[in-house]
Amino acid sequence: MNHAPRPLALLALLLAAPAAQAIEFTQFQPAKSSLSFISKQMNVPVEGRFTSFRGKLAFDPAKPAAARAELEIDLASIDAGSKDANDEVATKAWFNTREYPLARFVATTVKPLDGNRYELTGKMSIKGKTRDLVTPLTVTQEGNSAIFDGALVFKRADHGIGDGIWADFGTVANEVQIKFRIVASAAK
Amino acid sequence: MGLSTSTQASGYTRTAIALHWLIAVALAGSFALGLYMHELPLSPQKLKLYSWHKWAGVTIFLFVTLRLAWRLGHRPPALPIAMPAWQRQAAAATHVLLYVLMFAVPLSGWLMSSAKGFQTVWFGVLPLPDLLEKNKELGDLLQQIHMLLNFCLAGLVFAHAGAAIKHHFSDRDDVLARMLPFLGKPRSGVNQ
Repeated sequence: MNHAPRPLALLALLLAAPAAQAIEFTQFQPAKSSLSFISKQMNVPVEGRFTSFRGKLAFDPAKPAAARAELEIDLASIDAGSKDANDEVATKAWFNTREYPLARFVATTVKPLDGNRYELTGKMSIKGKTRDLVTPLTVTQEGNSAIFDGALVFKRADHGIGDGIWADFGTVANEVQIKFRIVASAAK
Repeated sequence: MGLSTSTQASGYTRTAIALHWLIAVALAGSFALGLYMHELPLSPQKLKLYSWHKWAGVTIFLFVTLRLAWRLGHRPPALPIAMPAWQRQAAAATHVLLYVLMFAVPLSGWLMSSAKGFQTVWFGVLPLPDLLEKNKELGDLLQQIHMLLNFCLAGLVFAHAGAAIKHHFSDRDDVLARMLPFLGKPRSGVNQ
């Protein structure tokens, strides 16, 4: 039983090899994807994450310029490090999640750099403000899936996140380190 | 005998006196700050106060270490001969407990911060290692422990200060004056 599928698998690999060029990753895998960030409060790094987000994407390594990607984040799914912080960032001064429950990123261009590295540019809309966002992107193929990893520095003030008493960067820094991992598999 | 009498001076060194009062003021300030800040709603001011409180805690820990190290090399002056044995024992026990708590209080605060996922960065510059993984239940438990230890320390400080005042005004010996040199010599020389 154990070795029975082997010739089949080999055959599948042989058949798949020429077609590998045309493989397109389109099936977003929420359970394998992650979106985390590190904010700095009084110079203390505090980890946080969003637990609910959806991706729509199509990426063919042979045609990166034709890639499409959209990401929608439920801002209320934030874990900002503590219950107090989660309650606070939902308020008007921060995300104002009641009026603006979603953050939305739409990719505009994917520029190949070298090897499996790319530069992804797109429009990020949060709290009614749309800004250009550029991030390096590393794409790793693993079996039937592609892993898109990236890290960037996001400036909260660009979107008016943390207004009023929070606007002073001396307490909560403007720069937020964002790390994302999006996993998508090829369509069956 | 010769050695111990030569190091057991008649008074505290200036260094010991300075460290004693520095720590006393810093402890009182941090204690009051801790009581005040923890009920505040989240604000930049609260984040600042928490950081200052944590910086003060690390600083106090270092001063207490210095004070203890100094004390090992410079024995405190002997207690008045007139003191009954039970008072000597009570004084010795209070001092040991004061030192234990002056270490335990900042340590419990540091551990509590680690468990709550907020690292301690001394003066916003020097990050202290997180000794514990983030764990909400453990963080809440350590918060209780930090508070309890603080109230024990506050109680001991009151006993310590109360005893010193009693020595000065009731026993009329030099126990308070040797830590507060500007008080001068006690008016009656009961223990001389």
